[in-house]
Amino acid sequence: MSGFDRSLLDDADETVRVRFTVNGRKVACEVAPRETLVDCLRNALELTGTHAGCEMGACGACLVQLDGQAVHACLMFAVQADGARIDTIEGLTESGVIADLQAEFHRRNALQCGFCTPGMLVNAHELLSQVTRPSRKDIRDALSGNYCRCTGYEAIVDAIDAVAKARSESGGVT
Amino acid sequence: MSAPLTSLDRPNSYIGRSVPRPNAKRLLAGRGRYVSDLRLPRMLYAAFLRSPHAHAKIISIDAGRASALEGVHLVATGADLAKICSPWTGTLDHFKGMISAPQLPLPLDRVVWAGQAVVAVVAESRAIAEDALELIEIDYEDLPIVADIDSAREGGGPLINPGSANNVCFRSQLDNGSVDDAFAHAAHVVEEELSFGRHTAVTLEPRAIVSDYDPSAEMLTVHHATQTPYQFQDLYSRHFGIPEARVRVIATDIGGSFGMKLHVYHEDMAVVGLSILLGRPVKYVADRIESFVSDIHARDHRVRARMALDAKGEILAMDVLDLTAIGAFSTYPRTSVVEGNQVIRLIGAPYRFKNYHATLEVLFQNKVQTSQYRAVGHPIACAVTERLVDMAAAKLGLDPFAIRAQNVIADDAYPQTSPTGYRFEALSHQACLKRLHEMMDYDGLRAEQAELRKGGIYRGIGIAAFVEITNPSPAFYGVGGARISSQDGAIISLTPSGEVRCLISVTEQGQGTEAIISQIVADQLGLAQEHVKVITGDTEVTPHGGATWACRGAGIGGETALQATRALRRNILEIAALILQEQQSALDIIDGEVVDAGTRNQRMPISEIARIAYFRSDTLPPGTQAQLTVSHHFAPQGYPFAFTNGIQGCSLEVDVETGFIKMLKHFIVEDCGRVINPMLVDEQLRGGIVQGLGAALFEECRYSETGQLVNGSLADYLVPMPMEMPDIVIAHVETPTADTELGAKGCGEAGTAAASACVLNAVNDALTPFDATINSIPITPTKILKALKRF
Ligand code: FES
Ligand code: FES
Repeated sequence: MSGFDRSLLDDADETVRVRFTVNGRKVACEVAPRETLVDCLRNALELTGTHAGCEMGACGACLVQLDGQAVHACLMFAVQADGARIDTIEGLTESGVIADLQAEFHRRNALQCGFCTPGMLVNAHELLSQVTRPSRKDIRDALSGNYCRCTGYEAIVDAIDAVAKARSESGGVT
Repeated sequence: MSAPLTSLDRPNSYIGRSVPRPNAKRLLAGRGRYVSDLRLPRMLYAAFLRSPHAHAKIISIDAGRASALEGVHLVATGADLAKICSPWTGTLDHFKGMISAPQLPLPLDRVVWAGQAVVAVVAESRAIAEDALELIEIDYEDLPIVADIDSAREGGGPLINPGSANNVCFRSQLDNGSVDDAFAHAAHVVEEELSFGRHTAVTLEPRAIVSDYDPSAEMLTVHHATQTPYQFQDLYSRHFGIPEARVRVIATDIGGSFGMKLHVYHEDMAVVGLSILLGRPVKYVADRIESFVSDIHARDHRVRARMALDAKGEILAMDVLDLTAIGAFSTYPRTSVVEGNQVIRLIGAPYRFKNYHATLEVLFQNKVQTSQYRAVGHPIACAVTERLVDMAAAKLGLDPFAIRAQNVIADDAYPQTSPTGYRFEALSHQACLKRLHEMMDYDGLRAEQAELRKGGIYRGIGIAAFVEITNPSPAFYGVGGARISSQDGAIISLTPSGEVRCLISVTEQGQGTEAIISQIVADQLGLAQEHVKVITGDTEVTPHGGATWACRGAGIGGETALQATRALRRNILEIAALILQEQQSALDIIDGEVVDAGTRNQRMPISEIARIAYFRSDTLPPGTQAQLTVSHHFAPQGYPFAFTNGIQGCSLEVDVETGFIKMLKHFIVEDCGRVINPMLVDEQLRGGIVQGLGAALFEECRYSETGQLVNGSLADYLVPMPMEMPDIVIAHVETPTADTELGAKGCGEAGTAAASACVLNAVNDALTPFDATINSIPITPTKILKALKRF
């Protein structure tokens, strides 16, 4: 959250120019001060893989990585992210860093409608970068801010568990 | 009991294999295409001003300042939209005597629930549209409110529909056998009143619609996050007076549905109207708060029920009164009485007794409508029945398994007709009970429970048997005059390069429709699954059909695909026989190759047949016209529904100090007939159970006395989250239906059907030492502490 200037919020109607590095590319966009990061990503940048399920930080559908940490894009104004590095599901997919998680989710059908899935993956990725071998309870706890209405969560837990195991057996975090 | 072996059980069959869903990779890469993602050229955005009152007269609307705001294209009221949209009424003919007032996209002069959309604004962005809403002034005059079941029934109380005699939408009775006599002579009678709170679907993607009317082509295209595109094509055509062929409904990826996205919503009709008025695409996505006040809710029942038994514990009779309050209107086109109707018809379904009496009373109230949501009526019927069975067991000193084993309809006694009139082809309660008993290590759990109780730890074990309605025939809606199809259609082609495209009317919401259809096609044609492309959800492309509701995708859609594929296979082999100068019956297709049926020696790839048929038809015998596209429809015949059954069990712990419940483990043995993809079936069951556990433990739309929803956000309305949910153990018994070749029945609602009942029984089991009982869903910590007299 670097470079945020509070005076930017003063005039609600005027758009401001913000710059971030999104999925490895520098981008600039004109945003209204009241616009949230999730709206900016989805609308101005057309990164529709990030979803909005509640717009109040409860469901986890909007999780993205901001300077390497999972954050709720619905709880931030786009102007607050000025200068930050943002990675969305699209970038994480392209870079291959979550390929094993995606493959395991696919193999175990750890998704149905897929609306929660990008947020789940961002959170799972963050968990596995912090804890090498989380227990099933740790995984369930870590996902406690990610709502999924379709699955019974169990396949998601299984998939993350399997990836944690595979990663630690192949010599640590990738 | 497992299914007899048929051609579907060949060693390499795709039927019965847990293959991953081909279309899921897109979703994992963030490349889903949900309606909420869609942006069209010249698209505008709608927002709605909603009523703050649960019941009020609209005196005046002043939208002058809103219309003048820069970026606003249109402000529309009820009167504006009534000019182009004919009203709809949520009744069905076979519900005799049912009433409901006509509805319009936006009200003309009266609001009937808090949150009802009153004025629409269309602007260049959603933000501008919302800014404009703040500039609209509406003058209301409060009217008396009907806020619950009791006030709805009160004689002389306020009326929701002026001109009607009372607030009754529908009343119905079932009477079979000699109930009074049975109760008079019963050795034991148990009785309870159970209440079931309102809850709602909370799909993670809220409702979304983009309506695009092109006046130059006189063509309406609606991108609609719905399960039932054909139903909406028909409705938009009829209510807006546009020929059906000029209405196209496209249902792409949908972020959850569960029955909630097949009803007519006032906002959706308004958005279609707005795009017609403007001749431009208009988008509307409900935000979460709007979803809570305008998506259909479900349940809201109060059931008084009693059960008579003889001295040995044989169930003799049941007598039931179900009161349910639905909202100010009945929903369209499926009505809001189907849930109550299914409650009174499903009660007692697993058991053998013959004497049954039930009354259903469906009432209006000033809240958003209730209607069909996953497992319509099932959780209530199951909880009422299974709670009484447990109460009877306790009274007679019988174990819950023993009383059920004694009373369920025997597996070899089918076909059977229930005292409520349902006809069961073949169910497997005995096999399921036996399997559950082993799987949950019931005796071990009981021993552990007794041991822990000594140390002040209160565990409960609950079981609940259920029957689920699947594969509905026209007896469901068609008979009532609703234009909701119970048949499905498929168009299947061999492409020039020897692959297969299947366009089918059943739709995908992530449950795996496209996967199982491609499995069935690949299996029946003799081809690798990756060479089959399944296309769903576009009325301009896919043939008319019922699509997805009431558990019919595998059973009806799957059979449609099976029959269509067999027809295509015959046509391919006919051409192959001509080319190879063979008898058609001497040929088969395996792995994309035409082979000798006897020796399996390869003769030619089907891609070669496609090449010849499409590009070198001159080399075929004169008069031959290859038919490598087949269209086929299938409507269920035989039994009006394919009932399924199963039983759930759970183990939980009640903290008697705090009232908190910890789910330890959940079990289900389920019989959905032939299992096409076990992994997908298991995920359906788990997802359904977790929704049922949400209802059992957390979910309730809570209202104030003035009819305001007080917990309409995801911070206040509790949904099941990963850390609260248990692991779920699954087993299957397979009793295929003989009404189709495939033998598949539905499984999507089985999980939800019995989860509440199971938890209710387990919690009451845990509370046995305290002489405390719970009779209300959701079972919150407060209710537990109240039952324990600690609050
Ligand atoms: S949309 Fe951000 S947490 Fe739900
Ligand atoms: S897969 Fe639909 S919300 Fe998780």
